[in-house]
Amino acid sequence: MLIIGELINGMYQNIGSALKEKNKVEIQKCAKEQVEAGADALDVNCGPGCKNPVSDMQWLVEVIQEVTDKPLALDSSKPQVIEAGLKALKNKAIINSVTADVEKLAVLVPLAKKYSAKLIGLTISAKGIPQNKDQRLELAATIVAACAEQEFNIEDLYLDPIVLPVNVAQAQIKDILESIREFKIISEPSPKTIVGLSNVSQGTSVRSLINRTFLVEAIACGLDAAILDPKDSDLMDAAITAELILNKQIYCDSYLQAYRKK
Amino acid sequence: MAEQLMLEKWSAEVATVTIGATKKEGDSRAKVIQVGAQASLPLLFAEGAIPHKPVIAFEIWDTAPLDWPAALNQAYKNELKEPLVWAEKCAKEFKADLLCLKLQGAHPDFGDRSADQEAKLVSQLLKKVDLPLVINGCGDDSKDNQVLPAVCEAAKAERCLIGNAVQDNYKTLAAAVLADGHNIIAESPIDINIAKQLNILISDMGLPLERIVINPTIGALGYGLEYAYSIMERARLAALAGDKTLGCPFICFVGQESWRAKEAKTEIESGIAWEIITAAALIQSGADILVMRHPEAISKIKAYIDRLFGGK
Repeated sequence: MLIIGELINGMYQNIGSALKEKNKVEIQKCAKEQVEAGADALDVNCGPGCKNPVSDMQWLVEVIQEVTDKPLALDSSKPQVIEAGLKALKNKAIINSVTADVEKLAVLVPLAKKYSAKLIGLTISAKGIPQNKDQRLELAATIVAACAEQEFNIEDLYLDPIVLPVNVAQAQIKDILESIREFKIISEPSPKTIVGLSNVSQGTSVRSLINRTFLVEAIACGLDAAILDPKDSDLMDAAITAELILNKQIYCDSYLQAYRKK
Repeated sequence: MAEQLMLEKWSAEVATVTIGATKKEGDSRAKVIQVGAQASLPLLFAEGAIPHKPVIAFEIWDTAPLDWPAALNQAYKNELKEPLVWAEKCAKEFKADLLCLKLQGAHPDFGDRSADQEAKLVSQLLKKVDLPLVINGCGDDSKDNQVLPAVCEAAKAERCLIGNAVQDNYKTLAAAVLADGHNIIAESPIDINIAKQLNILISDMGLPLERIVINPTIGALGYGLEYAYSIMERARLAALAGDKTLGCPFICFVGQESWRAKEAKTEIESGIAWEIITAAALIQSGADILVMRHPEAISKIKAYIDRLFGGK
């Protein structure tokens, strides 16, 4: 599966201050550590407190791609910040993210096409967070339809069912997992699916265990990608083992190591 | 409307392994052999590049084989007793591309030739013929661990392909192959999980996956050919989907297995046919190097490969 490392985010204290001081060593260290831990791509988010997100996004992209050629997921709710990142980007791009709002789809889908980027679509809209599976599917269908209309390759679309914290919305988690399975049958070829994993354990006291248990259940539902902390090696081991059990990797005694060699 | 083929898109390719080093590279082979590098399943040319044809290695022994059937003895006659003459006949008369020297005579039960004797033979062979070389131990682990390092050193930098490393005995050979610049054959008993594990163990010793050739162990027609086929197919599918630990070319000991079949021993023609059919099936399963015995079977398979590759 596609593992997107989540650690370059201005909301984390080390990244926030490195961004403020333009300390590229700290950013590059974080990028390299995530790649070494098995990240296939890196999320890049300036953080909520950032005053100049356009120039900061460009700076982050430039310093990260000095040390890795992995794809970067440009993470912002503002299309102009994403476009600033795309302009600076030489590596492959992932746009994180578009919502099921017509005006956003009208801007970001063409941008994804122009830069040959993959696109993450959140099943959320200006009306708010969906409350059940049907609402998620409806929002997903809106995104898929907009992509199809604009001839964006559906296999490059990653739908995110919006994972909610288990201590806030326990009753919805099962719906979220089922949505992953049902997103795949919206169109042929199928869109891909993704989750922002850490949200599921927000505010709980055993975050790592909840993260990896949810991830394994989501993988069993056909999840294609996740934004997560790749330095959590128990989490990575659980993901690799879940894929092994689904016959996506060939078993050998050192299968954990084999996966990391790829 | 014209029919449109559904083509599979693959994300990875098989590693390229180079056997032999030419004079330009400071060594003495007339040509080098490259195998692997496929970006598609066998013979599906429309799905991805298949830059190298399968190659055939003539199997020669360091000692006259005692149990070879009449068909093979007739094909080589007295040369069987003289490995260097045997090798030269394969090179000159049969236009071999590659030789596979089996050091059967080192086996404690079949002559117990010493490491020095075998090393000397390999040096002489390298002088006598300028073809790239595959070298195969006698299969007795402790004897192979004495003989193969000496042989590796005698052929230093000639970039031979040397085997067989097995799961319980790979360290000595891998270290020697690494030190003297050769490639290694990793043998697993028709078991994809062990094939993968062994490749990881060997690459952990510092030998890159680009210097490993998988011997999946095969059975001849009627003796488990379909098991070998499905193991090879599964490994290749994993390799093309990005599993580098299985993305190595295959070597198949076709002659050894085919001529063990009781049907092959009954009359000359059926033995040759057995070797041809086994080889042809393994080409379909993705074999990169076929180690074969009978010159007539080899010539037929060579022509078959040329036809499959449309003169490419």
